[in-house]
Amino acid sequence: MINIKNLHKSFGDLEVLRGIDLEVEQGKVIVLIGPSGSGKTTFLRCLNLLEVPTDGTIEIDRTVMDFKKPVKKKSITSFRSLTGMVFQTYNLFPHKTALENVMEGPIIVKNIAKHQAKETATALLSKVGLGEKIDFYPFQLSGGQQQRVGIARALAMEPKVMLFDEPTSALDPELVGDVLQVMKNLAKEEGMTMIVVTHEMRFAREVADEVIFMDEGKIMERGTPGQIFTNPKEARTRKFLNLIQG
Amino acid sequence: MFLLSNIFNDPERMNQLVSIAQTSLYPMIEGAIKTTIPLTLITFVLGLILAVLTALARLSSIKFFQIIARVYVSIIRGTPLLVQLFIIFYGLPNLGVTISPFISAIIGFSLSVGAYASEIIRASILSIPKGQWEAGYSIGMTYTQALKRIILPQAARVSIPPLSNTFISLLKDTSLASLILVTELFRKAQEIAAKNYEFLLLYIEAAALYWIFCTILSFVQGYIEDRLNRYVAK
Repeated sequence: MINIKNLHKSFGDLEVLRGIDLEVEQGKVIVLIGPSGSGKTTFLRCLNLLEVPTDGTIEIDRTVMDFKKPVKKKSITSFRSLTGMVFQTYNLFPHKTALENVMEGPIIVKNIAKHQAKETATALLSKVGLGEKIDFYPFQLSGGQQQRVGIARALAMEPKVMLFDEPTSALDPELVGDVLQVMKNLAKEEGMTMIVVTHEMRFAREVADEVIFMDEGKIMERGTPGQIFTNPKEARTRKFLNLIQG
Repeated sequence: MFLLSNIFNDPERMNQLVSIAQTSLYPMIEGAIKTTIPLTLITFVLGLILAVLTALARLSSIKFFQIIARVYVSIIRGTPLLVQLFIIFYGLPNLGVTISPFISAIIGFSLSVGAYASEIIRASILSIPKGQWEAGYSIGMTYTQALKRIILPQAARVSIPPLSNTFISLLKDTSLASLILVTELFRKAQEIAAKNYEFLLLYIEAAALYWIFCTILSFVQGYIEDRLNRYVAK
């Protein structure tokens, strides 16, 4: 499904990603962990080209992007449609209701008829538990509800892969559960391929097929949640896990 | 004080002034409705279009567009509006380009609004968090789609108070058009005063009319702000 080879990303002189190789099979859930500044968010943003990598290739669903050559704007837009992105700070459109947030992409980007987009959006919003809130503006929703609208908005574009950038880090603790539950259903019931940057170790344990530990722009260690959490090989992984698990 | 009390103590003079004020009101309002208000509205719309284009040029990654926008804003902001109007109406005929007073005024004021408002719009666009662009891109939008659907509607809300200032200034500045022979509200006042020498009365009357129009505009501004603020937490 996803095949990443030798991915590099630099901002000026600062090399944030220093050669990442990763293969992800269809329907797998990958959890990315690592200290801040390790490049995990940049890596995720490179996958849907919010950051354009400086070198390497990404293949998603048999479409290949080679970043050795300059990339065209058009191919960026079409490649981006393969992935859906969920942001740490939700980034909902504040001037649109929950329903309008979810309908926006299908109507504007995919030219889908309004009534049809509305039907799909309503269904998606009830799937994330917000069937009652479709006409609410973002400011009328809690953080957890906003994030679930964010997930529905991304799903409305029917991506092949969902990318989650610390989706629960900005939430009050009591609101985290609902968002994680939606993500869990997405993985278990829909078999969505997902890459999740998160510090929610319980979620990783329960849902992830594979946990990847990143540091200094590289993948340091990878394995099943059991391997990584109970028996990490690398000293740095151990140190990191000790820090976050207290 | 002495002069004022003189007027109030002289009923005949009072009646005369009231009657002049009444008879001059009609031509002045006519000047406002036929010229001042259309001039203001047309200019504001054209100026806003110019302002959005200029702001986008300033924010563009293409150097050439940036420079054009910078030079335009610099020239318009760095020279007096009255001088610009004189160049267009009295100056251009030397090149064989003769433009009617009204069209000259539209060109001059639009260029002026375009330059000033472009800075307002540029700042409003920059005030929208980068995450909004990214959210638009992430659901597959192009730059133009994200700009039109996501960024500009939010920037509009931010820009209403400063743009209202520009609009109100513009309404008052149109009185400068009297100097390039546009028969708007203030020129009507000048013409009447030139005949009966009641300068104080007529110019105060003109001022009062401008004030009334500006006050109405402030109410309209409040209404628009309320509408655009409906999606913001109170």
